[in-house]
Amino acid sequence: MGVGIEVRGLKAWYGKNESLHGIDMSVPANHVTAVIGPSGCGKSTFVRCLNRMHETIPEAYAEGSVKVGEMDVYGGGSDPVEVRRRIGMVFQKPNPFPTMSIFDNVAAGLKLNGFRNRKQIAELVERSLKLAALWEEVKDSLHKKSGASLSGGQQQRLCIARALAVEPEVLLMDEPASALDPISTSKIEELIFQLKQHYTVVIVTHNMQQAARVAELTGFFLMGNLIEYDKTEKIFTTPADKRTEDYVTGRFG
Amino acid sequence: MPNSVPPSTSQKLSLWRRLTDWGATGFAILAAVLVIVPLMAIFVYLLIKGIGSVNLAFLTQTPKPPGELGGGMANGIIGTGLILLVASGLGIPLGIGSGIYLAEYGRNRFGDMIRFTADVLNGVPSIVVGITVYSLIVVRQKHFSAFSGGVALGIMMIPTVARATEEMLLMVPNVVREAAFGLGIPRWRTTLSITLRTASAGVITGCMLAFARVAGETAPLLFTAFGNQFWNLKLNQPTAALSLQVFTYAISPYDDWHKQAWAGALILILLIVGAVAAVRIVTSRGTLKGA
Amino acid sequence: MPDEIFRWLIILSAISVFAIVVLVVWELVDKSRLSLHQFGLHFFYGHDWDPVNDNYGAMPFIYGTVVSSFLALLLAVPLSIGVAVYITEMCPQGLRSIISFLVELLAAIPSVIYGLWGIFVLAPLLRDYVEPFLAKTLGWTGFFSGPMYGLGMLAAGIILAIMIVPVIASITREVMTAVPQNQREAVLALGATRWEMIRMGVLRNARIGIVGGVILGLGRALGETMAVTMLIGNRPEVAKSLFAPGYTMASVIANEFTEATGDMYLSALVEIGLALFIVTLIVNALARLLVWSITGGTARPRA
Repeated sequence: MGVGIEVRGLKAWYGKNESLHGIDMSVPANHVTAVIGPSGCGKSTFVRCLNRMHETIPEAYAEGSVKVGEMDVYGGGSDPVEVRRRIGMVFQKPNPFPTMSIFDNVAAGLKLNGFRNRKQIAELVERSLKLAALWEEVKDSLHKKSGASLSGGQQQRLCIARALAVEPEVLLMDEPASALDPISTSKIEELIFQLKQHYTVVIVTHNMQQAARVAELTGFFLMGNLIEYDKTEKIFTTPADKRTEDYVTGRFG
Repeated sequence: MPNSVPPSTSQKLSLWRRLTDWGATGFAILAAVLVIVPLMAIFVYLLIKGIGSVNLAFLTQTPKPPGELGGGMANGIIGTGLILLVASGLGIPLGIGSGIYLAEYGRNRFGDMIRFTADVLNGVPSIVVGITVYSLIVVRQKHFSAFSGGVALGIMMIPTVARATEEMLLMVPNVVREAAFGLGIPRWRTTLSITLRTASAGVITGCMLAFARVAGETAPLLFTAFGNQFWNLKLNQPTAALSLQVFTYAISPYDDWHKQAWAGALILILLIVGAVAAVRIVTSRGTLKGA
Repeated sequence: MPDEIFRWLIILSAISVFAIVVLVVWELVDKSRLSLHQFGLHFFYGHDWDPVNDNYGAMPFIYGTVVSSFLALLLAVPLSIGVAVYITEMCPQGLRSIISFLVELLAAIPSVIYGLWGIFVLAPLLRDYVEPFLAKTLGWTGFFSGPMYGLGMLAAGIILAIMIVPVIASITREVMTAVPQNQREAVLALGATRWEMIRMGVLRNARIGIVGGVILGLGRALGETMAVTMLIGNRPEVAKSLFAPGYTMASVIANEFTEATGDMYLSALVEIGLALFIVTLIVNALARLLVWSITGGTARPRA
């Protein structure tokens, strides 16, 4: 089951540049929340702060409070390795491991976390691929084909399966379909819709129609600030802030 | 769906994973230290042992007969200069010419073959080059010579110079060439005065790298230049070379010669470093500023 | 007209490269004909190197070359990969250029200076401290027994290792840097420690290129002459102990070529040169193939 995310006063820096200026946001469990905004508004930075990926960039750091369920992400005793295991991430450009088979790709996270029982691993791999709606397409060539030999859309679903295999509580998706063709995109969107039963999903997207299609809640970011955060329907039909209205009606962005 | 990653398991393994992470970091740092220590040691010894023995006599006199104290490696310094002159005279033109071919005329099968051949030549052990030049020149002339030594080293310079030239020329954007053609400048002029000039800093660096590499070579000179106890400025006579003298003195049983070997090594390293530095200065001063 | 002349001059330069290689092969084959005919295949497994009776078997040199080179690899590979990992993934930004410059500097030191340092610094160190220690702890294996001269197979292997580290390290760094950042992120996002990220996200992807770099290092070690000649003891014997003196193919040529009286003697030495040439040719070609398959032909293997 998914958990909720509580963000209070989240600030982020790239070296001396403050790129997020204190974000407060409550992401409810088992919902899909979209994060939208123009290029450079900080939406990707925000999401990458949730699983402490932001700090892997040299000279980048973040401050503030992020609670994922009971886990205090930036708390004193918190370990980034553990945080990242419990929060899954899917990236803009599908990045399967080219030297590994499909099976090994999905099992990668499990092997890292010390799983040794082959039967257990095989079960979890199958479960993850089914959750990612890829099982039927690859079940006969799990060990024969490499992760990189699949089509773009399949690769992205493989990356989703890989992320799900270690059973995160939250799934972060950074523009997961922007590198894909329309058919693969709609498959991914269907998938997201189903995933929310088990996980809390936060998806960054520059495609407003996509946000409208998959997300129940949407947050609009602009220049490092969260301008408006509400039900998706409201954001797109009767936004409270003028800047939000300008963005969703296409006046800039 | 229940979370099937049991917290107890991940706790226990955390220790092992943490240890391997620390261990790997420690090993990498250790490796860096272990690699740099010999480097430092060599330079320190060169300085300490070499400086003591470099004096006016060393720099101006020829070797004394074995067993006698004193003398120097002056003929070796001059000899190295002579051999390198010949080597550069052969290696740089042929290298640049080949590089020009590969970049400007050779984007085809034949060019691929030449590129491959240059790589083969690069990998030939230096002693084998020595055998070849011995066979081709020394045997025919019936004597060792500075010329044959220079040819051997020149051959070794070609692949480095060619590769650097090709790479640098390829980095010059096509619009530069097209602009020149558009002005009616013939191709040969364009290549030399414009394309090559634009790439000149990189090409000179390549030549300098090749020069520095062969300046220290000993093996190919063993049976071409051969070495000489006395002064020699003639190309068709065997000649002393700094690297040869360092070798001969180092393996000799004489303490005085050992000291002189360190001095010779110091001069050799200074020559190499000096060549690198000189070219850096010239190319960055803007006299020959490249792209 | 001038364009044509220029073009032909340029093509001539290019052809000269080809001509030189052809000449190398020709001279090697031609001048070793005598020995090739006389000894045939026996040349390569005969143990007897006997200039007095004009009987030549090159096994001791082949043995010496192989053992010294592989010993060098054994020492150099972990060090090179370690340094490369440190510089690429662990080093603080400011130190990076200094440390990589220092490693490159190792490649600039001439072989004869390595030999000089080896004779007067490394060998005494080995003789007085390292070899006694190894004999005490690992002498039972048979690899560390017998008289301790300091000079010998162990010294040669160590100096070769130092000399090939820059080669292997620079290729390893190039192929590691060529691994896209998103691979590293993919591993980290699964919840991996930094070493696990390096192992699974970088080294695994770069492994073919790293193998290529190692093979290139091997090629260098096989052809190395001066430093080895000065440290290996120059005795044409096959011995198990690393303390024992040995002899390599390049060293015997360096030492005996100018002393070689008689056509058969010279021909035998040239035949060793031919064998050395062929082996390094194959090894280097294999290495470049592997490195180019990773970097797509854009990286210049530093040989």
